Amino acid sequence: MNEIPRGPALLPWAPEMTGETAPAAPPAPPRRSLGFLPGLFLPLRLAWRQLRSERARLLTAIAGVMFAALLVFMQLGFRGALFDSATNLLGAMRGDLFLMHPMTQASFRPEPLPRGRAWQALADPDVERAVPIYLAQATLRNPETGGRRAVQLIGLDAEGGAVDFVGLGAEVIEALKRPDTVAFDSRSRPEFGPVARYFRERGPYPLQIGNREVELVGLVEIGPSFGADGNAVLSETNFRRLVTRSASNADLVALRLRAGADLRAVQARLVAALPEDVVVMTHAELVAHERAYWEESTPIGFIFLFGSIMGLIVGMVIVYQILFADIASHTSEYATLKAMGYSNFYLVRVVMWAACILALIGFVPGFAVSAFLYDFVGSATFLPLDMYPERAVGVFLLIFGMCAIAGLLAVRKLRDANPADMF
Amino acid sequence: MDRPVALRGVSFAYGEGDLRRLVLRDVSLEVEPGEIVLLTGPSGSGKTTLLTLVGALRAMQEGSCRVLGRELMGAREGDRVRLRRSIGFIFQNHNLLGFLTARQNVAMSLELDGNLTERQRLARAGEMLAAVGLADHTEKPPSKLSGGQRQRVAIARALAGQPGLILADEPTAALDKASGQEVVRLLRDLARGRGVPILLVTHDPRILDIADRIVAMEDGRIVETQAA
Repeated sequence: MNEIPRGPALLPWAPEMTGETAPAAPPAPPRRSLGFLPGLFLPLRLAWRQLRSERARLLTAIAGVMFAALLVFMQLGFRGALFDSATNLLGAMRGDLFLMHPMTQASFRPEPLPRGRAWQALADPDVERAVPIYLAQATLRNPETGGRRAVQLIGLDAEGGAVDFVGLGAEVIEALKRPDTVAFDSRSRPEFGPVARYFRERGPYPLQIGNREVELVGLVEIGPSFGADGNAVLSETNFRRLVTRSASNADLVALRLRAGADLRAVQARLVAALPEDVVVMTHAELVAHERAYWEESTPIGFIFLFGSIMGLIVGMVIVYQILFADIASHTSEYATLKAMGYSNFYLVRVVMWAACILALIGFVPGFAVSAFLYDFVGSATFLPLDMYPERAVGVFLLIFGMCAIAGLLAVRKLRDANPADMF
Repeated sequence: MDRPVALRGVSFAYGEGDLRRLVLRDVSLEVEPGEIVLLTGPSGSGKTTLLTLVGALRAMQEGSCRVLGRELMGAREGDRVRLRRSIGFIFQNHNLLGFLTARQNVAMSLELDGNLTERQRLARAGEMLAAVGLADHTEKPPSKLSGGQRQRVAIARALAGQPGLILADEPTAALDKASGQEVVRLLRDLARGRGVPILLVTHDPRILDIADRIVAMEDGRIVETQAA
């Protein structure tokens, strides 16, 4: 019964000509409200159709979101790379427990501790080996140009198994035992010159570190950090030949425990047994301590955080402008929709979907460009810029939140679409 | 049976305090099923305000206004929004969504009805467009249509949802004489065929002949009612 007669056949029908009276309006069919899925999908489709219709505006919005994503990716990337690279050296250490002077803030500027603490630690039945490590900076002369640049020296008994540098094989360890020999970090910054390339081409050759000539006998891989542009590994004795300082001091002591020893128990015993000029840390604690220095004691972490926030704010303003302009230029159409029975909430969903769409289609190219730049900048700066999945998800959530806030701000403009003003 | 529109003692004022300006004074008006009523009067006579009250676009202040069996005095926003779905609106400007085709625009008035599938919506929109003589223009955006064609799309949109009442405000104001007449005749024929009453505000003397009844307003009051 609810079927309405329709079609062109009705058109010429005119009751004033036929004398018929108009029939009463058919009862309106019972209306059912939209289901859950159409309630989500239809506003989404409307939002997409609207965004799609204004190409220039859409491209601006995509560029804005992409820019924000790129900025946040780069800031977080540099921040992560800084902290990762700051712990390059300590991360390569192999020890169950480490002794360090409590006033050491970062490994590139260590406070010496008495070397005797290493031997004291050996008194514990579960401590198998104690390897003192010596850290200092000296200048390395570029073999090509002759310029000098500060390099991080790592002096230790390489046979002690306290470090796990790639390339530090038995042959290199054996060569390092000879007087005045070093192994150079091939991932050092290129400002040191073609140190590694010459070695690969012509084998061992003399290098100048400080005011002493030493022989380069091997290459290892550690990587630069913000504290050190490059690294050189050498034996305890050769370290002393280069750096004049009290022989009774070390900078770090790596302890290896007997298999099956309780790490925490040994740590507690050592803390109790040793005087207060050492702290006893696990490897994870040592790395975290180094990281905390860069994160908390320097403005670097804050600078990157600030950069990320600025990127998000700029992106949010752009998205807000776009959504606002879309609403403002369609005020009368939105008001018409409200007159047709669309609720304000329905239109809010349209705007929020538009924000979500912008987040998604702006993020994808932003992600692609960032991945490319990570590669490019990573190889140019030797910083470990890696696109971790967690970071990609995290940045997407940030961008999504940015667009959502912009959408919520723009939604207020919908109030201007008042159907009562339409007449 | 309930009349589609029944107003009793409706008064309405804009502003507060000293700025309060009464635009409707004790208006009573009824529209019979299938009746076409024209509201005329000088600007400021309150006819547009009356239309927004009947269309549930504004909250009532005083009196009683029953539209399609529902009392609007004291009705909540959500109830008014729902009632609007049963009313077809035709505005002075077509207000079609520029980024949708004619067919999609008409289908917009059906998208709030959960009974229909997308295919049914588009099919019914196509039938409505055919009924207003735009069968060949269904896939065009409004920018590719003439003013009269756009207003016809707006009529199709207003009628597609099978409304119980049609409210129109100066539907011919933006059109030349020929297309204006064409549009109102189309509106009348379609409404008559469906038995839908029309309440139409107009200044346009050229279209007075379509009315069953002409109601003249002045200064917030109904001053004259004449059967056409």
